[in-house]
Amino acid sequence: MVQSNTGAVAEKSIFASQPKEESQLRLFWEVFYRNKVALVSLIVLFLIVASCLLASVLAPYDPLDGKVTERLLPLGTHGHILGTDEQGRDIFTRILYGGRLSLLAGVMPVLIAACIGGFLGVTAGYFGGVLNTVIMRTLDIFYSFPAVLLAIGISSALGQGMLNIIIAISIVFVPPVARIAESAVKGVMAEEYIEAAKSSGAGHFSIIWNHVLMNIFSKMFVYSTTQISISLVLASGLSFLGLGVSPPAAEWGIMLNNLKQQIFINPMVTLIPGVFIFLSALTMNLVADGLRDALEAKK
Amino acid sequence: MDAILEVSSISKSFPVKGGWGKAKGAVSAVKEVSFALQEQGTLGIVGESGCGKSTLARLLLRLIEPDAGEVRFRGNNILELKDSELQQIRQSMQMVFQNPYSSLNPKMTILDNVAFNLWVNGQSKQEARKRAHYYLEAVGLPRSYAGRYPHSLSGGQRQRVAIARALILEPPILIADEAVSALDKSVQAQVLNLFQDLKKEFSLSLLFISHDLNVVEYMSDEVMVMYLGTVVEKGPADRLYSSPYHPYTQALLNSAPSMEVGVTTLNKHTPIKGELPSPLNPPSGCRFRTRCNFAEERCAHQVPEPVKVGPGHEVACFLYETGHEARVVS
Repeated sequence: MVQSNTGAVAEKSIFASQPKEESQLRLFWEVFYRNKVALVSLIVLFLIVASCLLASVLAPYDPLDGKVTERLLPLGTHGHILGTDEQGRDIFTRILYGGRLSLLAGVMPVLIAACIGGFLGVTAGYFGGVLNTVIMRTLDIFYSFPAVLLAIGISSALGQGMLNIIIAISIVFVPPVARIAESAVKGVMAEEYIEAAKSSGAGHFSIIWNHVLMNIFSKMFVYSTTQISISLVLASGLSFLGLGVSPPAAEWGIMLNNLKQQIFINPMVTLIPGVFIFLSALTMNLVADGLRDALEAKK
Repeated sequence: MDAILEVSSISKSFPVKGGWGKAKGAVSAVKEVSFALQEQGTLGIVGESGCGKSTLARLLLRLIEPDAGEVRFRGNNILELKDSELQQIRQSMQMVFQNPYSSLNPKMTILDNVAFNLWVNGQSKQEARKRAHYYLEAVGLPRSYAGRYPHSLSGGQRQRVAIARALILEPPILIADEAVSALDKSVQAQVLNLFQDLKKEFSLSLLFISHDLNVVEYMSDEVMVMYLGTVVEKGPADRLYSSPYHPYTQALLNSAPSMEVGVTTLNKHTPIKGELPSPLNPPSGCRFRTRCNFAEERCAHQVPEPVKVGPGHEVACFLYETGHEARVVS
């Protein structure tokens, strides 16, 4: 060290300990991977979703076609591993086909609500003032009804059908999403980087796009993932009440309804759709927990 | 030298709302503050926490809208500008914020945090990033840091990034709002020196806000002392520190811990008594009178006007009206 100007020395002392280069995504995955419960749940959930999507390949029978001679077979019958229902239709087949609708009813309302509620919440939180009051107090009106009752009310007003269930649940989900988004945005607005962005001459849109949305994403994401299982259960419940798909079609909620008369004849078979609803909802929640932990690990 | 920024009697009060949305009163955060920042000069603003220093900085940029007054940047009154013109002028006054842990977007890389300011002003992302690299180098951050996220940086490093972000728009004025207060003493010195170097390199005019008297003395050509939203004294740094006039300035300088033994200050008997009064309904007349050892009856009725006590040195206190100097200095 013959030559060393003072600047270089100062620089070295400040940056003596350089942390290792790391990718956010890798850290996220590492934390998630360590959570074995979430990992197993993810695998189970993946198997359920994949086999529902591949129903037309995997299912051995037609979901709508039953044999009168093979009604109400118990679990484990040869050729009908999960038994048959009151019309002689294979339960396994109907579970796979029904899962498509049930899972769709779990995911779609959450996506729709995240878009609408997110938009409303961000608008309210970012601009504040009168706009905030108008948006948030209007949404509070929806809050004043119990969620399930509101969903039943809306879907019975709209009429039977899967689409109407999705619309009804979306409407029920908008207010809580908007509230989460609004409070998250308010938190972000207090940060100095928002002031810095404003003082650089950035417009509202680029501030929202670059600074606000990025920083509320994890909160919104975690909240929305927990909503999927609620949506799934709610949609199944509405179907169970007869507000969902019309009878011949397969859907977990309506299957549960149709099988409930057979509970004394064939109790185990009756439980199958319920088990799948339970399993999907449980694994979704556990995966959501794991995702939350992994997302927060960054800070 | 000409003034690059002239501020005259700028005021801001925040309404305080009661239970039913009615205005209960107003917090007078900044009241009739006037000053001028010289081209390539450094003006230090010093005062206790809550005296309106940070509000003042935000008023200049119109991050908070002032109630009254004028802010002239090279002759143009900023307060009369429309939104589109304001965006232009904001680029010429950039701010370095107090808290390096909240002033960087945690979800953006260091490079993008800096480059953002350029690309929102019409530059292509690629060009903006290229410039960002240049300024990160200028503040002494190695190139390898550009791809990192703020959470892996220390406070001092983050503050360097914040400075680079402010500089990338090539502003003639840099406002440092308590920019070193959150840093360790050793890092403070490095960042202060960085400010000095950059000021020369980029011909900046610096508005340096701090509660730390030593830091302000080190940085500033001129110093302005604020108390509860008002200016009590301003003048050239060397004059103000060697012979403070206002009782508050004297008390403030006395209260600063010093390693020197037997320092002779003008008035040894003026420790500041009591707490800073609430800016909600501040004291009438002179706002310092409730804690001032020299307060007399008229201090409660009249607001003291600035009195000239030396070249560029003004004090807002009745004690220094012509013929009264003797009372304090003795």
